[in-house]
Amino acid sequence: MSEISFHFDDKLYKGQQGEPMAAALLRSGLLSITNSTYHGRPRGVVALGVEEPNALVQLVSGTKESMLPTTVIELADGLAARSLTGIGALPELPDEARYDKTNRFVDTLVIGAGLAGLNAADEHLRAGREVLLIDDQPGPGGHLRHLGLGLPPALQNVLANENLMYLSRCTAIGLYDQNYVVAVERRSDHLGNSAPLTRSRIRVWHIRADQIVLAPGAFQRPLIFANNDRPGIMLSHAAATYVAKYGVQIFKHAVVATVDSQGYRDALRLHREGIQVQGIYDVRTEAKGPSVDAAMAAGIPIRFGTTVVDTISNEEGVLKGVILQDLNTNEIVQTTADLLAVSGGWTPIVDLATHIGIKPQWSEEHAAFVVKHSTAQLNTAGMLAGDFGGDDDPLVFFGPVLNAEQARHAYIDLQRDTTLYDLRRAVGAGLSSIEHIKRYTTIGTAHDQGKTSGMLTIGALCQLNGDAKEGKLSLSPADVGTLSFRPPYVPVPFAALAGRERGLLSDPIRITALHQWHVEAGAIFEDVGQWKRPWYFPKPGERMDDAVRRECIAAREGVAVMDASTLGKIDIQGPDAAVFLDRIYTNMFSSLPEGQCRYGVMCKADGIVFDDGVTTRLGKNHFFMTTTTGGAARVLAWLEEWLQTEWPDLKVYCTSVTEHISTIALVGPKSRQLIQELVTDIDLSKEEFPFMHSRMATIDGIPVRIARISFSGELAFEINAAWGHARYIWERLWALGRPYDLTAYGTETMHVLRAEKGYIIVGQDTDGTQTPHDLNMSWVVSKKKEFIGKRSFQLPYLKATGRAQLVGLLPENGEEVIPEGAYITVLNAKPDEQGKTSHTGFVTSSYYSPALGRAFALALVADGLNRMGELVEVPIEKKVLRATICDAVFIDKENVRRDS
Amino acid sequence: MEQPVLPTNTYFMLYIPCPHCGLRNETEFHYGAEAGVAYPDPNALTDSEWAKYLHIRANPKGWLAERWVHFAGCGRWFSLWRNTITHEIGPAYLPFTTQPKSPGETGKEDSRI
Amino acid sequence: MINTQDTLPPGTIGRRRAATLPEQPPQLWKTVKPKKAYDAVIVGGGGHGLATAYYLAKNHGLTNIAVLEKGWLAGGNMARNTTIIRSNYLWDESAAIYEHSLKLWETLEEDLGYELFFSQRGVLTLAHSVSDARSKRRNLYANALNGIDSEWLTPEEVKKLVPIINFSEDVRYPVHGATYQPRGGIAKHDWVAWGYAKAASDLGVDIIQGTEVTGFDIRDNKVHGVHTSQGNIAAGKVGLVAAGHSSLLANLAGFSIPIQSRPLQALVSPLLEQVLNTVVMSGAVHVYVSQAHKGELVMGAGTDAFNSYSQRGGFHVIEHQLAAAVELFPIFSRAQVLRTWGGIVDIAPDASPIIGLTPVENLFINTGWGTGGFKATPGSGWVMAYTMANGTPHELNSPFALDRFVTGHLIDEHGAAGVAH
Repeated sequence: MSEISFHFDDKLYKGQQGEPMAAALLRSGLLSITNSTYHGRPRGVVALGVEEPNALVQLVSGTKESMLPTTVIELADGLAARSLTGIGALPELPDEARYDKTNRFVDTLVIGAGLAGLNAADEHLRAGREVLLIDDQPGPGGHLRHLGLGLPPALQNVLANENLMYLSRCTAIGLYDQNYVVAVERRSDHLGNSAPLTRSRIRVWHIRADQIVLAPGAFQRPLIFANNDRPGIMLSHAAATYVAKYGVQIFKHAVVATVDSQGYRDALRLHREGIQVQGIYDVRTEAKGPSVDAAMAAGIPIRFGTTVVDTISNEEGVLKGVILQDLNTNEIVQTTADLLAVSGGWTPIVDLATHIGIKPQWSEEHAAFVVKHSTAQLNTAGMLAGDFGGDDDPLVFFGPVLNAEQARHAYIDLQRDTTLYDLRRAVGAGLSSIEHIKRYTTIGTAHDQGKTSGMLTIGALCQLNGDAKEGKLSLSPADVGTLSFRPPYVPVPFAALAGRERGLLSDPIRITALHQWHVEAGAIFEDVGQWKRPWYFPKPGERMDDAVRRECIAAREGVAVMDASTLGKIDIQGPDAAVFLDRIYTNMFSSLPEGQCRYGVMCKADGIVFDDGVTTRLGKNHFFMTTTTGGAARVLAWLEEWLQTEWPDLKVYCTSVTEHISTIALVGPKSRQLIQELVTDIDLSKEEFPFMHSRMATIDGIPVRIARISFSGELAFEINAAWGHARYIWERLWALGRPYDLTAYGTETMHVLRAEKGYIIVGQDTDGTQTPHDLNMSWVVSKKKEFIGKRSFQLPYLKATGRAQLVGLLPENGEEVIPEGAYITVLNAKPDEQGKTSHTGFVTSSYYSPALGRAFALALVADGLNRMGELVEVPIEKKVLRATICDAVFIDKENVRRDS
Repeated sequence: MEQPVLPTNTYFMLYIPCPHCGLRNETEFHYGAEAGVAYPDPNALTDSEWAKYLHIRANPKGWLAERWVHFAGCGRWFSLWRNTITHEIGPAYLPFTTQPKSPGETGKEDSRI
Repeated sequence: MINTQDTLPPGTIGRRRAATLPEQPPQLWKTVKPKKAYDAVIVGGGGHGLATAYYLAKNHGLTNIAVLEKGWLAGGNMARNTTIIRSNYLWDESAAIYEHSLKLWETLEEDLGYELFFSQRGVLTLAHSVSDARSKRRNLYANALNGIDSEWLTPEEVKKLVPIINFSEDVRYPVHGATYQPRGGIAKHDWVAWGYAKAASDLGVDIIQGTEVTGFDIRDNKVHGVHTSQGNIAAGKVGLVAAGHSSLLANLAGFSIPIQSRPLQALVSPLLEQVLNTVVMSGAVHVYVSQAHKGELVMGAGTDAFNSYSQRGGFHVIEHQLAAAVELFPIFSRAQVLRTWGGIVDIAPDASPIIGLTPVENLFINTGWGTGGFKATPGSGWVMAYTMANGTPHELNSPFALDRFVTGHLIDEHGAAGVAH
């Protein structure tokens, strides 16, 4: 152990590498670490570990995390910290640390490497099981470590066993069903400046164990008396450990107040280190056992039936003296002390056990809630199971009776500055449930989550109307139950639970085979689900409007090309494929000839449109379905659900091929000329290759399937090829396309073009409430056959008149594009007396059309199909636009261009 | 006096027994609600009965026979019994096989009426 | 936020004091034993049930009523939720009832005479893609026609309002803008319940805890009372306001409702210096966060996808939630998860509530608020009280009738928020 320096509140301190910061601060004489959150009272270290309520600090070095207990921070090179008053601060600088996660499946997981845990590990190893042993301390041994003792020889071998994995600084934060445990391992903070950059700071372990041994040990708890919060008042086990193990030598006169034999053991440790123990004040009327005998033999004064009622401080608020009371005679005893070591009893750590529904049992004998649980899946051991070690007989006692004035400073929850006075007030308000009392007083809601205050609260509640001096309670803790324990067992930084899911790893990015080309071409991308799709391709100096206009013109007057590979694609095969599609789509597909394509709409059973796309019949028993980009997975899941759970007799096999096949859409009046240069082995003329037909061909030996599907309404050829061939074909098109002024276009242009033709985009022109009839697609609804959703069209609301219907809108001012989402009202609509204006529809898609030379829109308007020509209003932010309801097809109504 | 609160205060990560792939974490599955609700003949039902098919699924506090699909694995649907309070999982079974008996009391858990 | 360069003057201990909470009143509600009969009984002592009782007494003069709660009062959602209050919903019907609720919130502290920490600090709903922005703008236009205060903020304006949001180049789903309702905000959840409980109790309402309804006395399709773990209680009218347990009660009464009970989680951090002055919601990234008066971050998580009455949620949901939170607010990386809660939410097929009559005469139901019920507490109780008192729904809740699932007139609020908060 080497000596190092560290900073606290900008002062330099010295300590031993690896020891808790609390020990070093105490050794330096710093009793007052901070002021309490609400009362501003000076507070110091009281405990040994995560249960520490007062001495929380903010790191100023390293990760600058705040709300860290000094009892847990291990001193390392470069450490600097500052005090907090119960409120943390979030550093603005980025967190450079790495956080990762791992999964583990183990035979046996042992939680806690104290004596009980080590013995359990030993037992399981001997039974031939592989064991994962985790413990939140820097080293094994639990209490033995605090006592400065090494492991017994028999157990030293356990850690060296090759079938045991031991993780120190690893805290189980939650226990779940079916033996699933999450643990958090701190891996580098203790290394300070020497921590390797590649080492993760915190690792989250997801563990599935066949068997779990739960041996987490216990916390010591304090007592409730007036002014029980002064620096210098500590839990006795902690005080003795700081003095004996960590060489804290600042105390001269100690008083020990106890309810059990632990106080005696700690008094002896203090005594052996040269501290004058003024007395052991045992609230019990008598006590027996080796610790008591040893204390007597050491000459330590012992007084029974006496406990602390109040304390005195110096000008800094630090402990100066202790006031005790004999509960039989009521005699008051006052004594000087700079250390008051309190042993209020042990509270086994039941938290994790309650996580999986095990109810702790109150044990009068242990003055504690314990969990004795033994099943094939989980066993408790050690103090949790009530194994407190031989010689104890604690009194169920939580503090003396106090008057109202004393109660105001008799702290139950140090972090919330809540006192016995607050507890009494809660009960006086009529509350009896411990959950209500907790919320009324806020006890247990702070950083330490009631680790030392929880049991005190229950105990104080039970003592309220009882006769404390006789140890008689008005209520038993068994009746009250424990406070509820919720994970995480200790606070865990967000970043640790986020792990590696940060930045670009936070959600997968899906890109097409042509992505790199798009990047190099300067595309601006749009997120469409997880996909990155080119939104538009601006040339230098172009804004989005300019680029989109240029792309639209190219598509309608020349030839343009788009990467449509993100479209969902499902290969459907089987002798019953056609029958199946007839049931799924609203229109007929069994009648579709081979080599032809048909647009189809799908509804859920409730009659609402949820996806659409063009499906091609490749063979008698072979169909190629396309879906919307965002709907691919959803549609496949839908198909599989019906096939597997309703129609298992249908022989149909569906395969997602979205990433197998790329799709290049070549679009425009010159598209045939261009593609004829590339595809020479089939006849691409209108006569031989009509609209909505599909043909196999090759491009330089690469098999391709070309479909005359047009989302733009122009003459168009969709080239489908295996994913890996996309770039080659694309480059060939570009090389051949230069004389045609081939133009790349993105999703924005695609939207404009299809909207000019009145083609819907599911999810934009639909919002989850439209039937196909609402979309003016009665033509796609078969009258001949049954299909999913048909029945729902008969529901009163779905066949009512006045439903919103898809129509077109032509704004009065052709230069002004109506904002998408804008609502439509009748002419001169005015708000009613409640300030509401009735509306009659809303705008779903809205663009400027270079082909029309004006703005236009699609909208869902109530009874819109019967209101053609009506002038309506569109109130937007600062004005009211006007528009005329019209047909939703704006370009080439006869489809001459498309079919050419 | 308050009812004793069932001290089930944590997370879960269900371990689902896929009949084809074995026990896998729940994150590999999608849920399909109550099992055994067959697609009826739509034309034989009143609007009220049709609405029941569309929207009503059992929601018992206790054992529920429900559907799951192993979307991140074999992609197959199956059903199993699960206790919606304790998350104990009972027997899993394939579609169109006989439903095993509920591990809990029979007849007490509510199902759709 | 700390400037890591600054040093405290020598001798200074700690920093500023934390904001204190005011003391609770010395008397909350009276503890009484149930009578043999009441004019009305409300089953469910959460926020909505207590509000219903209060408005029955206050607006309709019905004070011979009781609230029956099977556990400890307001031990469900009101014991911990994400406390978000807003009214900027898409559909007119939804907007109307949530806005009515918001207006009640605005005078609630005064009406109840109880501190609620109701803070109208605004609710920001972020858009993370072109299509996301489009649908949110539609929501805005709908709000405008419904007289609801809602505005669009550009990314620059969002950054000014909430500087800690991640606007760096490499963020996975950049902010495209946001809708903002200035009158939205938060309130202290449990105090709202206690405020209603105290006010109702002061008006003569009996608040009965530890009493579970185990059956109904129904004759000729009319309810005459309830069977409970504390005996039978006759009632002229019965209101079912039991959230995640609604299906069980409905089935006991002989009818079924389209509700599925699912887990929902929330979490808090330890107390932190104020870094967030408004409520931020992001459906796309699954983050719902505010910073409470006391200083803790309060965050909501998603529902788990299957039915559960366990009152706990999947840990992977929390992990995913926090990854999203750190992504959106890098400054949160070193904030800690202090405590998590799981509860049961009652999900309806269209993510809208079911409020009104049931097939049983004089039996009324209020359920289906799913993940977004807290904000509706006053409005929900108000309309439920009206409905029970008059035997017919108010125009605010008539669209939310149980029979809308038969007519097909669903009010689909799924788009409004991935997880409505």
